[in-house]
Amino acid sequence: MKASILRFVIKRIALGLLTLFIVSLLIFAVTQALPADPAEAMLGREATPEALAALRTEFGLDKPIVSQYTNWLFGIFGGDLGTSYATSTPVGEYIGPRVSASFFLLLIAAVGSIPLSIVIGANAALRRDRKFDTTSSLVSLILAAMPEFVVGTILTIIFSTTIWQLLPAVTYLEVGAPPWSDIKGLTLPVLTLLISVTPYVSRVMRAAMVEVLESDYVEMARLKGMDERTVLWRHAMPNAVGPAFQVIALNLAYLAGGVIIVERLFNFPGIGSALADAVRSRDLPVIQFLALIIAGVYVLTNLLADIGTVLVTPRLRTRLK
Amino acid sequence: MSSASGLRIIDLRLNVAATGNDIVDGINLTIEKGRVLGLVGESGSGKTTVGLAVLSHARRGVEIAHGQIFCGDTEVLGLDNEAKRKIRGGLVSYVPQDPASSLNPALRIGLQLIEVLEAHDFGGSHEARKARIKEMMTEVLLPTDDEYLERYPHQLSGGQQQRVGLAMAFACRPSVIVLDEPTTGLDVSTQEHVLKTIRQLTRDHGVAALYITHDLAVIADLADDVAVMYSGRVVEQGEVAEIFKNPAHPYTRHLVAAAPDIAGKKAIIGLAGRAQSPGKRPVGCSFAPRCELVEDACRVEFPKMVSVGGRQSAACIKATQVASVIVRSAKPESTRKIGEPVIEVSAVSAGYSGNTVVHEVSLTIRKGECLALVGESGSGKTTVSRAIGGLHREWTGSIRLNGRELKTMARQRAVTDRLAIQYVFQNPYGSLNPRRTVGDSIVRPLVIDGKSKDDARRAVLEVLDKVSLPGSYANKYPDQLSGGERQRIAIARALVSEPEVLVCDEVTSALDVLVQAAIVDLLSDLRRQLGLAMLFVTHNLPLVRSIADEVAVMSEGRIVEVGPSESVIGNPQQQYTQSLILATPSIERSMR
Repeated sequence: MKASILRFVIKRIALGLLTLFIVSLLIFAVTQALPADPAEAMLGREATPEALAALRTEFGLDKPIVSQYTNWLFGIFGGDLGTSYATSTPVGEYIGPRVSASFFLLLIAAVGSIPLSIVIGANAALRRDRKFDTTSSLVSLILAAMPEFVVGTILTIIFSTTIWQLLPAVTYLEVGAPPWSDIKGLTLPVLTLLISVTPYVSRVMRAAMVEVLESDYVEMARLKGMDERTVLWRHAMPNAVGPAFQVIALNLAYLAGGVIIVERLFNFPGIGSALADAVRSRDLPVIQFLALIIAGVYVLTNLLADIGTVLVTPRLRTRLK
Repeated sequence: MSSASGLRIIDLRLNVAATGNDIVDGINLTIEKGRVLGLVGESGSGKTTVGLAVLSHARRGVEIAHGQIFCGDTEVLGLDNEAKRKIRGGLVSYVPQDPASSLNPALRIGLQLIEVLEAHDFGGSHEARKARIKEMMTEVLLPTDDEYLERYPHQLSGGQQQRVGLAMAFACRPSVIVLDEPTTGLDVSTQEHVLKTIRQLTRDHGVAALYITHDLAVIADLADDVAVMYSGRVVEQGEVAEIFKNPAHPYTRHLVAAAPDIAGKKAIIGLAGRAQSPGKRPVGCSFAPRCELVEDACRVEFPKMVSVGGRQSAACIKATQVASVIVRSAKPESTRKIGEPVIEVSAVSAGYSGNTVVHEVSLTIRKGECLALVGESGSGKTTVSRAIGGLHREWTGSIRLNGRELKTMARQRAVTDRLAIQYVFQNPYGSLNPRRTVGDSIVRPLVIDGKSKDDARRAVLEVLDKVSLPGSYANKYPDQLSGGERQRIAIARALVSEPEVLVCDEVTSALDVLVQAAIVDLLSDLRRQLGLAMLFVTHNLPLVRSIADEVAVMSEGRIVEVGPSESVIGNPQQQYTQSLILATPSIERSMR
């Protein structure tokens, strides 16, 4: 039983790694196909051909494309992520703190939004067609319809500029300083992410919960004298969170992309702003690595959701061999 | 309140909350301790609504309007929420229709059992409760070891799931138990065990049991008393023998006449029309529009219960005269002309992804003949019929139509062969496209065949007439029709391509008995008039006697016995057939 779950997890991880490998091929193919020449971008239009050639040799851009790819891939495995063309610092050193800052942002948004949307969704389902349900449905629909830069802008207007000046409109975070060193600056980005994810997940949670509450086994639980709390938490919830996991995963993965806009908006020093800078300066090693990181977040969240769904669904769990 | 009465329902009424229209009204029932009352009626008659009210529960959109229900000495409708919770599963318990959907798929059965005891403070300690569960599992003939209790519902068979449901219901020693069609969907041999367990437990523990079902034979076999519901009212009640030997309400008489019975050949007789839903019911007796004894007085007010002797009473102003009414079929039984073989199945084996589930099956169906293919679920009967219809991919052997070899799949077969074999599916709700008028659905095969519009329209009217529906039905959508009407449409769609063979896969199992009888009647007529060869796939053994000339009994993918239906059902030679027939409840056998 335990061994079968372990085997399933290992299999899924292997599949995830395979996905990442294919993604790495795609990333490399697409970035190398970009028309711009990084050497030219760095040295400017007036650079001599000798200087350009020297730079290309330095970055290995004159080698055949296959060996460029294998060098890059093996470099990643060996912890050598290459050197940023733009800053001439190792990619790991340049990106590392930004990745951890973004992950911190993402983690807080996830930790906040998952329980929040489960509670809102479950309560709406329990009070179906009553005030809480209709209000929360309306509000979540409105919020879900707003792009995150609009949400962010409105929050800025409310909390830091026009109405109240409680919170800073931008994050003042030194690169390399731990993200929690500027709690105030972190508040608005986190709130924006929270507001853009919670509506979707709570609506899915409500739909799943409504279906479960109408089921025969929930009626049966009431007819055998279970109190409402047991009905809700023991009988209904485990059957409703399974479907919600998948949506949560998709939304977290979406957050990894959506975080780019939010980071730009609040000048948060994370992967979003790093990616935007890198694209502007054709900084290929940085672009490639960040694309791989974002793909990794997609693979990881989906992996976790699949494992979570299987763990809370006995019918799936017991089928594992 | 006499101590002998376990359950008393007094003048109960439940409404549709939004409109105030009555779903059930004027329900008065008494069940003594240790007795089983069978509550029968067709779907929509309000049986389940009454059953749930006994637990002081009404489904979404339904409200309890007035009435009293005493379980022992406790009136349950007036209790507050906490007190209601305490009696549910304690004083009065419920066994649901579908055990597969009523057990929580996420929880181990041991937990689902012990939580009932915990909720009602039964047993005092965890050890005492575990002991009580073991006791209950033994009583319902299930294993008691911990490994078994740690299983999830999906790891149990349907019969085992229902036994867990029974163990749960009897766990806290209730005085009243409501069983809502607990054996529907179970095979006959499993049903026999479950019924035996129910009978044992109610007698041994002096429980008053309300047994809800549409199956008269089960009632005859199990119950002491019967109450018949029609359109939300109890129209007749009394002891089982009284009601089945001499029904005093015209509706009951029709119900009994429509029920097929394994113990005797009988022509089952249907009845036109249908019961109306809440809000559309007629003033006076709700059965009046379908009753042949109707007179003006019937349409004034709902008739009072009239005693017709013994404990039997009926809500009919002519109750004492009804006995003289003989329900009979309009048509005399005619001899059938059986001709040449149309379908010859020889040595067909079939399976799913490599697993063979049908082994070397051979069958012959002749022109004008109905062959019934019977067996329990998983016996392979549907797989055989799907192979004949060209709907199953994995089969070997040979199937011939009029001597010509048929290809494996329908789409590989010649158009004429495809049209010659038509398939009618079990579920009339799922087999008609909800976005097309039934006329459009019927005309499809002709359009594919390239017929002109006028020809097609004429053909639709013709087949609607054949299945006894007016031509105006061509413009209706499936959701405007009753289950029986939908099944007629499904048959009409099959007939429009003038088939030689009709494959009917459990076509009556989703229908009420009166509707079932009418469909069986229709199929027999069509067979006579059109000389159709018919394969009638069913798990319903009693029905076989009323429709089939020949019967083939399947078990575990093999045909174990084949022959004329009279001799196979009346005098089975194989042990398997014998046990199947013995396990099937029968009104006639119970009345002997």
